[in-house]
Amino acid sequence: MSTPYSFHGGIHPPENKRQSTGLAVQLAPIPEQLTVPLSQHIGAPSETIVKVGDKVLKGQVISEAAGRISVNVHAPSSGVVTAIEARSVPHNSGMKAPCIVIDTDGKDEWIEHQGLDDYRAIPKQELIDVIRHAGISGMGGAGFPTDVKLHLGDDHIVNTLVINAMECEPYITADDMLLRERADEVVKGIEIIAHLLQPSHVIIGMEDNKPQAVRALEQAVVGTALNLDIVVVPTVYPSGGEKQLIKLLTGIEVPSGRIPADVGIVCQNVGTAAAIYEAVELGIPLISRIVTLTGEALGHPHNMRALIGTPLSVLLQAAELKEKALHRLVIGGPMMGFTVDSQSIPVIKTTNCVIAATYEEMPPAPPANPCIRCGMCEQVCPAELLPQQLYWFAKGKEFEKAKNHNLFDCIECGACTYVCPSNIPLVQYYRFAKAEIRTEEAEQRKSDHARIRFEARQARLENEKLEKEARRKQRAADAAKAQAVRKDKALQQPSETAGDTPAAELDLKALKTAAAVARTKLKKAQQALKNAQDKGLDGIDVLEKTVAELETKSATAQQAYDEAQNTPVADTAVDIKQLKTNAAVARTKLKQAEKALAKAEESGEGDIDGLKLRLSEQEVKTKTAQQAYDQAESGDVPASAPAVDIAELKAEMESMLGKVEKAKQALKVAEEAASPAVEKMKAGVEKLQAKYESAKAAFVEAEQNAKPQVSAAQLDDLRADMQAMQAKVDKAQKALETAEAAGSPAAEKMKAGVEKLRGKYSALCEEFTQAGGQLEEPVAEASPIDAKALKQQVSIMRTKLKKAKTALDLAEEQGSDVSDLQADFDRLTQLHDEAKAQFDAYESQQAAVAAAEGVDLKQLKIDAAMARAAVTKAERALSKAKEEAPDELPVIEQDLLAAQQKADKLNQTLSRFTD
Amino acid sequence: MALIRSSSPHLHKASSTGEVMRLVILATLPGLAAMTFFFGWGTLINVVWAILLAVGFEAAIVRLRKRPLSFYLSDYSAVVTALLLGLALPPFAPWWVTVVGVFVAIVIAKHLYGGLGQNPFNPAMVAYALLLVSFPVAMTQWTVPFVLIDGGESWNVLGFTDTLAVIFSSVEPSFIDSYSGATPLDAMRHRSGLTTEEAWASVPVLAEGIGAWHAVSAAYFMGGIFLIYRKVFTIHTPMAVLLSLAFISSVFYALDPSSFADPFFHLTAGATMLGAFFIATDPVTSATSNRGKIYFGIGIGVLIYVIRSWGGYPDAVAFAVLLMNLSAPFIDQYTQPRSYGHSKPNRGFKGGA
Repeated sequence: MSTPYSFHGGIHPPENKRQSTGLAVQLAPIPEQLTVPLSQHIGAPSETIVKVGDKVLKGQVISEAAGRISVNVHAPSSGVVTAIEARSVPHNSGMKAPCIVIDTDGKDEWIEHQGLDDYRAIPKQELIDVIRHAGISGMGGAGFPTDVKLHLGDDHIVNTLVINAMECEPYITADDMLLRERADEVVKGIEIIAHLLQPSHVIIGMEDNKPQAVRALEQAVVGTALNLDIVVVPTVYPSGGEKQLIKLLTGIEVPSGRIPADVGIVCQNVGTAAAIYEAVELGIPLISRIVTLTGEALGHPHNMRALIGTPLSVLLQAAELKEKALHRLVIGGPMMGFTVDSQSIPVIKTTNCVIAATYEEMPPAPPANPCIRCGMCEQVCPAELLPQQLYWFAKGKEFEKAKNHNLFDCIECGACTYVCPSNIPLVQYYRFAKAEIRTEEAEQRKSDHARIRFEARQARLENEKLEKEARRKQRAADAAKAQAVRKDKALQQPSETAGDTPAAELDLKALKTAAAVARTKLKKAQQALKNAQDKGLDGIDVLEKTVAELETKSATAQQAYDEAQNTPVADTAVDIKQLKTNAAVARTKLKQAEKALAKAEESGEGDIDGLKLRLSEQEVKTKTAQQAYDQAESGDVPASAPAVDIAELKAEMESMLGKVEKAKQALKVAEEAASPAVEKMKAGVEKLQAKYESAKAAFVEAEQNAKPQVSAAQLDDLRADMQAMQAKVDKAQKALETAEAAGSPAAEKMKAGVEKLRGKYSALCEEFTQAGGQLEEPVAEASPIDAKALKQQVSIMRTKLKKAKTALDLAEEQGSDVSDLQADFDRLTQLHDEAKAQFDAYESQQAAVAAAEGVDLKQLKIDAAMARAAVTKAERALSKAKEEAPDELPVIEQDLLAAQQKADKLNQTLSRFTD
Repeated sequence: MALIRSSSPHLHKASSTGEVMRLVILATLPGLAAMTFFFGWGTLINVVWAILLAVGFEAAIVRLRKRPLSFYLSDYSAVVTALLLGLALPPFAPWWVTVVGVFVAIVIAKHLYGGLGQNPFNPAMVAYALLLVSFPVAMTQWTVPFVLIDGGESWNVLGFTDTLAVIFSSVEPSFIDSYSGATPLDAMRHRSGLTTEEAWASVPVLAEGIGAWHAVSAAYFMGGIFLIYRKVFTIHTPMAVLLSLAFISSVFYALDPSSFADPFFHLTAGATMLGAFFIATDPVTSATSNRGKIYFGIGIGVLIYVIRSWGGYPDAVAFAVLLMNLSAPFIDQYTQPRSYGHSKPNRGFKGGA
């Protein structure tokens, strides 16, 4: 069978295939050392499962597939693993990659292996796993894991299986020789692939330069049950390219950026088919392959079956390499293969050909002339691109244009470079452009990612700032309130010491400052005293007295501070962070003390006893701090835990219920169909039911446990909800009354709405009481304090305070007596704080009152404005109606009245909250 | 010996730009022979003179641009340009006309734009158009074919030394008049009120001398077919030029045969064949894709007819080619081929064009 289709372009380079087909495929010698790379395929490198020193047998897995697109690697012969390290591998870049190095023992001892008796008898998945575990990847050149392609039948409709036996590259004859000698194995392999993919049609594509292989294959397919055609096509490079082959055989083009399976076609290489046969029928993993050894630098070019990992030098020696003549060593074909610079590089699963070329055979390309846009490249391009345009774009770095000219559809076949009369390395330019574009895109992605992260961070910081601000305000309000309370108490019971908890934190700071100030003063006085003593000045006794006094003061201040610190501040202000820091600080101090002690002991100097004392003190402190922290933490956690648990439990319970129902349904269906699995299913349903019961029990228990623990915050929420609902009810009631008064037809509906709202409200009330709250009448009226006056007072105080501060600073600078001023300043500070506290308290009270009414002040304002607008609108409508439609007047008048009433009411409410 | 590293492909077809150019030169030889046979030594002398000048100018400018001399001379592109210009010039064109022409072609139209591959306009045609506009007398004085002299009994062409004298002496000898005359296109254009039929019958160059032009056209056609066979260029451009010219002249000839010439006349007279196969196919200055080449060729064919019929000049290949050179980048934008696996081609000015 031939084909009516063709692909665009193509070239006819000298074939040079004859040299290597004269001799049957020879078995290559087992080398002393095998170098097996971990990554011989496209996809993730496999993972080593042997260690250096391990003895391995032929066919033993030495490295396992890692991930979906990956395959196993097997020991090609028996021996000892002597190294696992990076070595040169066959790669374009000449890079090094991890390899397992095996010193062979020459026994070539097989691990136990066995083929499948009947691969049709086992599930397809298992069969695919056999192929995957045999380490088979595409043997045509790219090395794509074969099992992935065999799965394509799962989510694609595969109509046609194309077997690639084109071998269009010059020099290579590995597939040709394989078909000549083992065509029946290839056909059996194809049958296995066809069994997995179930295509309706199998096409084997071959070039007409392999008549013997065609004949062998034709004989081998005689008995097959497959709908199989052997299509012999004219020899044109690159007809073996997957996309070109598909176009050539079926006339179908694989859409750009898609895979052949998207158009119902799967392509496999003949070598892969043979490997699949060996793996499935014989249990032999992919540990050897046919390699064509050719080129003019070889005295004896032929094909060899070589173990994976065999160094090229071994094969080249077997093919009688003429070292002196060797100029270029190419792996793969001359069009798409790559050069290597060392003969120690191993054969891998994709190594189909090694060309040892002389200088005359593959001379370096002459220097490039300018492009004359002759268009020969365009005539041969199998992807129907405009290579000369791509060249200009790549050269000018106009990558956008290059992309627009479908640069990424270039298969880098090299046909354009081959024909270019100006000897321009076109493919090299395209590779450069592709790499640049990929780098650019990667960088773009990276910067996008960074930008998104930066924005998220900004937003988070902004939020934190706002939260901080809110917390600060809250603290200020708390402090003010506390101060007010304290003041009240102080007024009532002057004898009682100020020790109110929320203020304690502030006091602590003040005390600390006081202690520090006292210490500084003391130090200064001490220095003065020393100075005086040294110089024998007068007034030493006075100074001594001062020092003594100051010492007492300092001690007192310190004591007060220490006391304050040890008082139950930690219990009340549950700032865990602070506690944690305290604990850490204490620990550090302890360590320091320990160190100091150790040092002192070592040197035998210093006040060891004192240090010891301090250490023990510090230990106690540390312990206390840690305890406080632990307590606070453990006390804090359970507050939020039950709520989370309940939600989880509930979700679990519900999902369980869903499962149970599903299972029950399935059971029902099964029972109806009298399925034999009914018994099993019943048991399953019961099990599920039991699970559901237990989940439900857990949930109920958790709920009951959690109920009494409803936090104050939740209670507050509930209260707010309740109050808002009440406000709504009130509003609705009023609206209803208005409507009824106006005889509106919507009154009935509104009534129902009001009823509904009432119901909701009562439900909320119930919930609230259940949660442990006490229903109370909302705070009726705010105390009539003159807010304006308060505000004014605060500002006056602030001004005075500022003035005093300036005066104080001035005085301190001039070194004059500041004690009076200081006292003045302190007094003013206190006054200002008091005024401020009063004002803040008033403000927060006002807001609270508004909230208690369930009214948002802002919303209220907006509502009032809207109501006013409605009135204006109604008035306008009225005047208009007067002119145009006098019969509608009464209706509009009523509307206006209602709107006015509403606006008045809102205004009144608003005026209640704003002064 | 160290193994070399290089990227694929490792095989190159044994061809070079120089080889392409040499093939073009080879293909013009039948035309050159025919010209010499019918019109005397003038064309041959012109061609050789132009080539010498071109190589000189090329060498000078390459030296001036500090480029390797032998590398650039060996691409033969200057020779081809000079050859085409020499073929297009009238056989008795004075030496300085050729000097000016070659200078414009090589130095201005080619190297000032960046050298081979960078010139937007066909250098030979730029030179020809400039000469035609600047020296109309020298450029429109054609030689009569020998068949019109003394009844065509013998090969009555001007002798070689006489021709040299005509070209290189500044004074025009008196005997030149008997050897010069109008071209068929000229005759058809300035036929002073005669119908085409009457002109064919009465004007000697049309009645008897047209065979010379037929023969020369046939020679160029042969050369062109040879180049297509050798894949130096594709059939698209010449086919489009010839078919469009044939089509448009057929239409007008069918409408009014007495005032419009027949299509065969248009295809064989003047520089049509030279233009279609050797000028329009210059890859540097033409459209790049196959489809683009067709549009490019159609444009040339139509413009040749329009300028010949209604324009100010008897022949129009140079102007038509230059005008289409101008449009080639635009054509390229809209004639990208559909690549494999794409449902439709990318067209227009995408990608920051």
